[in-house]
Amino acid sequence: MSKYLLNKFLYTIDRDPELVERYREDPRGTVEWWEAERANLILNVPASEQTSWLKFDAVEREALATHDIPKLFELGAHTFLTLTLFIALFERDYAEPLGFQLEYAQRLSHFTMPYPDITT
Amino acid sequence: MATIAAVIASTHHPFYYRASTSVGADRPPFADEWVAKITAFRETLTRANPDVLVLVGSDHFHQLWLDNMPQFLVGKAPFYDANWYNEEREFGLPKMFFKGDENLSAHILRSGLDAGFDLAFSNELRIDHSVTCPMITLRPECDLPIVPIYTNIFAPPLPQPKRYVQLGQMIREVVESWPASLRVAIIGTGHLSLELGGPRQFGPHGPDPEFDRKAVDWIASGDIEKALGEVSLDSLWEPGNATHGFLDFMLMMGVAGAGEKADYVDSLDLFHTMEAYFTWYPKGAK
Repeated sequence: MSKYLLNKFLYTIDRDPELVERYREDPRGTVEWWEAERANLILNVPASEQTSWLKFDAVEREALATHDIPKLFELGAHTFLTLTLFIALFERDYAEPLGFQLEYAQRLSHFTMPYPDITT
Repeated sequence: MATIAAVIASTHHPFYYRASTSVGADRPPFADEWVAKITAFRETLTRANPDVLVLVGSDHFHQLWLDNMPQFLVGKAPFYDANWYNEEREFGLPKMFFKGDENLSAHILRSGLDAGFDLAFSNELRIDHSVTCPMITLRPECDLPIVPIYTNIFAPPLPQPKRYVQLGQMIREVVESWPASLRVAIIGTGHLSLELGGPRQFGPHGPDPEFDRKAVDWIASGDIEKALGEVSLDSLWEPGNATHGFLDFMLMMGVAGAGEKADYVDSLDLFHTMEAYFTWYPKGAK
C-alpha cells in the first residue's frame, strides 16, 4: 500500500489543468496512463533517472478509477489533496455555493475520530 | 539594530479576496462585516510603519512535496512570484509579485543555524496563499520587501508544538540582532479549528467552537504554557483534521513572547472556520 503514490497522483493531476479535465472525463483511463507513464517520475529529476518500484495496489487503483472519495479517505490519502482536486472536478456541477463540499462531507459522515492516518 | 515594529498573527482565509471584491448578487452577506474588520486590522500594521515584513506561513503542497519535505524553510531570494494555478482556480486569487530582502534572509539563516535550528532554504520560491492572504488583508500595496518562512503544518510527521514556539522565539531574537536600522514587522498566519476533506468540513461555523474560544484566549493573553500544556500533535486532530495550522499561531506566540498580551484582538465567526486577528506592539516600538 502506498499513501505516497495516491498523494502523488492527486498532486500531479491537480496542478495540471489538462489532466484535471482528463481525469474528470476518463478516470480509469487516466489512472492507467498515469501509473504506466508518470508514477515513477521523480519530480524535478530527469526521466532517465526515474524510480523503478512505485505502483498502486488493486484497491488504490480502483478507488482512483471510480472517483471514490470515501475509499480514498479510508486509505489515508491526504485530505487536503483529495478535497482540492475533487472541488476542481465536480464543484461546477452544483448550483448552490458549497453544494459539492457539503455533499462531500455527507459522504464521509460514517467516519468517526480518529480518522485514518495520513502520515506517509 | 533592527526594531520589531509589530508582531501580527492572523488566520489566512483564501476566500477573503473574492468575498471582498465581489459586488451585487455575488457579494456574500458577511462580506461587509468582514471587510470592516480587516480594514481595522490593517490599520494596526500601517500605524507600525514597517520597512520590512517577515511572513510566516505554510506551503499547501505547491512547491514543497513529499519527496523532499523540509520542516522549516527560509526563503532567500531577491524576488518572489506568488499564488498558484489551483488557488486561482478555487479561490480566484490573483498572481502576485514581491521584492525580497536577501540580507535579512541571510541573517535569519546564519543566526538560526548557529542557534540550533537546521533551517532549509530556497533561492527560488513561489509562495502561496498562506503568505499572500495576509498581504492582501494587511498590506495590499505589496510595497515592502519580504522574507517568507515556511513551516510544515501539513505533512506528518511534524515537529513537536514546542519547536514551533522555539522557532518563533528564535526569529524574534535574530531579527532584533539584525544590524540594520529598519523597522521589521513579523506576521504569521495559521488556523483555529478547521476541517478540510473530512465529514465536519464547511459547517455553519468552525468544527470546534470551544477549541477556538480557548485558543483565542491563549493567544490574546500570551499564555504559551497553557497552550503547550493542552496541545499535542495527537490532540490537534480532535478539533478538526486541519487544525495543525494552529502550530503557526503557537509560533507567533513565541515571537510575541510569553505572557505578552496582544494589543489588538478581534475575531469573526464565519461559516466553516473562525477568523482571528492579533497584533502586539513590542515595548519601545510605538
